[in-house]
Amino acid sequence: MSTPAASNQQDRIAIEASGLTMRFGELTAVNDVDLSIERGSIYGFLGPNGSGKSTTLRMLCGLLNPTAGEARVLGLDSRRQSEALKQRIGYMTQRFSLYEDLTVRENMQFISEVYAISRRDRKARIDELLSEYRLVDRANQKAGTMSGGQRQRLALACAILHKPEILLLDEPTSAVDPQNRRDFWEGLFELAEQGTTILVSTHYMDEATRCHRLAILDRGVKVADGSPKELGEGIDSLVIEVLAENPNRVRLSLIDEPAISSITQLGVRLRILMAKSQFSSEEANGFVKEKLSSHGISAEVDVVTPDLEDVFVTVTRPQKSNASDGAISS
Amino acid sequence: MNSLIRVFAILHKELLQLSRDRLTFGMIVGIPLIQLMMFGYAINTDVRGLPSAYVDEAESNLSREYLADIGASQVVKLVERVESPQALEALFDAGAISIGLVIPADFDRRVIAGNRPPAQILVDGSDSIIYGVAGQLAALTPRFDSRSQSRVEPRAELRNYYNSNRRTAVNIVPGLVGVILTMTMVLFTAVAIVRERERGNLELLINTPIRTWELMLGKIAPYVVIGLIQLSLVLMLGQLVFDVPLQGSRVDLLLASSLFISANLALGLLVSTVAQTQFQAMQMTFFFFLPSILLSGFMFPFAGMPKVAQGIAELLPLTHYNRLIRGILLRGADLSSLRAELLALLAFLVVALLLAIRRFSKRLD
Repeated sequence: MSTPAASNQQDRIAIEASGLTMRFGELTAVNDVDLSIERGSIYGFLGPNGSGKSTTLRMLCGLLNPTAGEARVLGLDSRRQSEALKQRIGYMTQRFSLYEDLTVRENMQFISEVYAISRRDRKARIDELLSEYRLVDRANQKAGTMSGGQRQRLALACAILHKPEILLLDEPTSAVDPQNRRDFWEGLFELAEQGTTILVSTHYMDEATRCHRLAILDRGVKVADGSPKELGEGIDSLVIEVLAENPNRVRLSLIDEPAISSITQLGVRLRILMAKSQFSSEEANGFVKEKLSSHGISAEVDVVTPDLEDVFVTVTRPQKSNASDGAISS
Repeated sequence: MNSLIRVFAILHKELLQLSRDRLTFGMIVGIPLIQLMMFGYAINTDVRGLPSAYVDEAESNLSREYLADIGASQVVKLVERVESPQALEALFDAGAISIGLVIPADFDRRVIAGNRPPAQILVDGSDSIIYGVAGQLAALTPRFDSRSQSRVEPRAELRNYYNSNRRTAVNIVPGLVGVILTMTMVLFTAVAIVRERERGNLELLINTPIRTWELMLGKIAPYVVIGLIQLSLVLMLGQLVFDVPLQGSRVDLLLASSLFISANLALGLLVSTVAQTQFQAMQMTFFFFLPSILLSGFMFPFAGMPKVAQGIAELLPLTHYNRLIRGILLRGADLSSLRAELLALLAFLVVALLLAIRRFSKRLD
């Protein structure tokens, strides 16, 4: 710890957690999760509802005491020093939690006072954020009367009012249209460039793809982590894409094949996953083509690179499934 | 037929939800049971055992007999014997007695002569029920000799110590101040934190560096001012319309009222940390409000209630405030003679606030 290299290492890491576990009675919401998150990066938690994303975030900011394990956030113990942490982290709740009967400016004023931002800096900071998040025209509008996108911009502005070193976002874009979502993410990248560490939980694949690194959670267990690219390369899956006139026939003809671990339909295309450890690309391609022709189906068959959804399907569902339930939306 | 199915669907859903809401369910059973038991015993217009003191300057057999008769009526309880009418007045001012008996040195002579009232009954007439009781006492005649039946029966003289015109408003208005403040203040803060929880604001607040006591203090402070405004309004109207006097010092009144208001607000905060929904908070407030009205001495004289009811009443801030405000407004008592009541309010405030702070957690688990 005393060598310069070690303290450099310490400075580079914003969040370090080991063995984080949270049990609610019988249910283990988070099970033995290790994390190491670099400063200034956007780190995602990807997983279906109930996979422990929110619980993990809440343990990291000291809202929940872990049943076991510990987390050091900005060098502080999240359990014992949670109050000191609160001045240095910003948290944007899943549900809009500002005061709907206050105006935009009043809400920001309130938050700036709660964080005891000096009177001198308050107005300048609020004005700066109002213009940055395109809320100048709305400054005197009540928060409750604004659209989902506007509210979300306000919530983000309030979460970063005190210039936190770490920003935690719990499913930040669930009530926002795609255009607003894109703008929102641009804002996040800017913050990250300025040095803010951002943790975001999501069940949207496209959001997860934007993260520098991410952890995939499945029923409380971290099943994979890395950059989206690394994750794609790291999985034990080949992805074969089939383009056919009647995708449903293709699926029915392949569904009972033990060699195929998953079939997902995307419009007229099907994505078929097979174990990379058992087949080469050519073998897999040939296998699918052969099966289809034996069923008298003509189709275009290609091996493609895995995307995040393929990663997700591979790491969270070792057993065969149709992946057609709504837990994950892209 | 389909209507019936749909009505049943709603009915079934309501019952399911009700059975999950344990607090509400408890209230459905608890309110009638507890309140009925409490008031069934407590509400009793047959006043008994009013604390009284007496001066016996005659010290004759007749006067002792008379005192024994008065005591045997069970309406009063002669708790103290003092030396002079002045000492009696001091007891009145401190609110220690509601009836005082003065037997003059020439008591025996007065009884025999029968032309002047043989004794004097002083009464704290600010409560009309107690005044009525004193009237019955005055009718109790000293019987010095069973042979002298023909004589005009001498009655004790009734002297109204406060509220000489016996106007109900004079007693009701100060009591009403406390009732109004209890109702509004407890409710204000009872819903305060629950509302933030329901609307999701709390999740934001507990993520900020705000401390629990800072939150609590910030929630209470504005309502203390609102409470004092209510107080001034009621008293101003009381003075203008009903001629309710303000005998004591305004500073004393303000001090006592601020303490009472704070105690109620702290209780509201405690309710707010227990209740899960605004509806539950309101139910709990009313659960507290009813005994406050009925047992605090606002409706029925405190002294006339049974011991158990008095015990419950001592736990209610309104009981202590009623004594304070009546003392200050009607008797011009100063705070030093009412110190016990102030201390009771302070204790209530501290306990409620500490419990509320303890119960409120900045964590989610």
